[in-house]
Amino acid sequence: MTTNEIISPENLVYDKPKVMNDTPMHYCPGCSHGVVHKLIAEIIEEMDFQEKTIGIAPVGCAVFAYKYLDIDWQQAAHGRAPALATAIKRLLPDRLVFTYQGDGDLAAIGTAETIHAANRGENITIIFINNGIYGMTGGQMAPTTLIGMKSSTSPNGRTVELNGNPLDITKLLAQLDGTCYVTRQSVHTVGAVRKTKKAIQKAFENSMSHKGTSVVEIVSTCNSGWKLSPAKSNDWMVENMFPAYPLGDLKNL
Amino acid sequence: MNDSKKQNIEEVKLMKGNEAIAHAAVRCGCDGYFGYPITPQSEIMETLMELEPWNTTGMVVLQAESETSSINMVYGAAGCGKRSMTSSSSPGVSLMQEGISYIACAELPCVIVNVMRGGPGLGTIQPSQADYYQSVKGGGHGDYKLITLAPASVQEMADHTVMAFDLAFKYLTPVLILADGIIGQMMEKVVLPPYQPRLTEKEISEKCPWATLGKPANRKPNIITSLALEAEEMEATNIRLQRKYREIEKNEVLIEEFSCEDADYLIVAFGTSARVCQKAVEMARAEGIKVGLLRPITLFPFPTERISQYADKVKGMLTVEMSAGQMIDDVRLAVNGRVPVEFYGRMGGIVPSPDEVLKALKDKIVKRQLIEN
Repeated sequence: MTTNEIISPENLVYDKPKVMNDTPMHYCPGCSHGVVHKLIAEIIEEMDFQEKTIGIAPVGCAVFAYKYLDIDWQQAAHGRAPALATAIKRLLPDRLVFTYQGDGDLAAIGTAETIHAANRGENITIIFINNGIYGMTGGQMAPTTLIGMKSSTSPNGRTVELNGNPLDITKLLAQLDGTCYVTRQSVHTVGAVRKTKKAIQKAFENSMSHKGTSVVEIVSTCNSGWKLSPAKSNDWMVENMFPAYPLGDLKNL
Repeated sequence: MNDSKKQNIEEVKLMKGNEAIAHAAVRCGCDGYFGYPITPQSEIMETLMELEPWNTTGMVVLQAESETSSINMVYGAAGCGKRSMTSSSSPGVSLMQEGISYIACAELPCVIVNVMRGGPGLGTIQPSQADYYQSVKGGGHGDYKLITLAPASVQEMADHTVMAFDLAFKYLTPVLILADGIIGQMMEKVVLPPYQPRLTEKEISEKCPWATLGKPANRKPNIITSLALEAEEMEATNIRLQRKYREIEKNEVLIEEFSCEDADYLIVAFGTSARVCQKAVEMARAEGIKVGLLRPITLFPFPTERISQYADKVKGMLTVEMSAGQMIDDVRLAVNGRVPVEFYGRMGGIVPSPDEVLKALKDKIVKRQLIEN
């Protein structure tokens, strides 16, 4: 086989999703955001929803999500994405409306907006990136930071006495009558990426068929904030994050 | 009697100012109301929930979990080019300031109603005008302004609702209706505005090409944001905003004048205070004191030029407010030291009486003039 034969269109087995544009990403090498962005782009393309989708970007590392996916976006104030999504979906009920939020955005400053949107059963999808740290502001403690985990605002490790316990908000959301699908996934292996894609697809389908609120948590790494290499971050996540935030469906109606 | 005339006569209703806002919103094609209960304005959402406009015009009405959430729902709706609004009273409007700053920066059109009560803090549920600074000087962080309308009657509560949406979409900016507990709670006759249909999605995409309605293949993504990491980019946004505010100052000043033609003295007051002062002017005129009343209807843009003109005609001015004196700063800036500008006001939910205003006019302005001359 010559090079030309290998790169000929009929031999193409993998391509960048068309919903993704060519802007170079600002995410650190090894960060989970890039993988999750690509999955969302693939699903929107496969479901042919580009014209129907409105994404809500958070405050945090993913604030610039709107630079990478070729869809309409609104960028929310810190934590308020589910409030924006609520109004948009109610006024445009045939659109796909999703929020993309980190742990600080969703589980600290936006706790009220998250819980009440989910409790009302808004027909939106919440993509929740949980890496246990504030990435963009430089590695501060998050509500999901594990006990003993070091951050710039818990330099000797998080303690219950000083900082309280990590918040498993996804477990809490699963208990609300408004949620129809609550799942926890990761993107650290090929198999995990495939499962996450299926989960997001299911969530989007739920939103379009007005089944209630869908929440897809993705337990993620932040190698810059964690001060570990991408590979070591994955190992650390499996060893430490997964026991506290076990993968799988918490609710699937 | 022809049908349209008959219909017009039937449209005269007796209702509270808060109720008039709700009816006017439905009638002027509002797409979404998002609010949180707080006295003295809860009748706005209560009336909307009773009207059930989702069954008639399709308007969405939603009780949010907080004022923070309400204003961010308004942001989301406005970003889709929808005519959206919220309402609250002083403490709740404080909570909305984050969202208002974002909406002003993202240049989205929306209507916010503040039916003011006495503060600071949890304060009281009685009427006040102590949110003047917050309303016209910014309120949230950053350099921005809100077009601020100050209704003084139930009729104006209805009229300003319609006008606020028109201005919001004309300038792509949040518009504030700054009422107080009296205007919200009192009942008066009102002619409600005629029904106008909500815009269709096609009309919205034509009129608001920036709206996030979903990206068709033939256009670039629409992105609603207030973020710019580069300082130069952020300065350009600020310059654009300031240019817009100068344009608003040039075009949109509204005032009402009462007995000003031959006035030796001028009272400046807005909203409920202006109603009280109108009576005080009548009483003063009966005693032979030639005093007029200038009522700013727009607080931003402020009638600086008109007040400046009066500074060359009258011997002194009295500003009357239900606060410690906030608008008086803007009156003094307009007068620029040419004549004395004095203040009379009550705070914490007390409404001044016409007698008090008349006494203040005599003591602080008229007598002083006699002594000085």
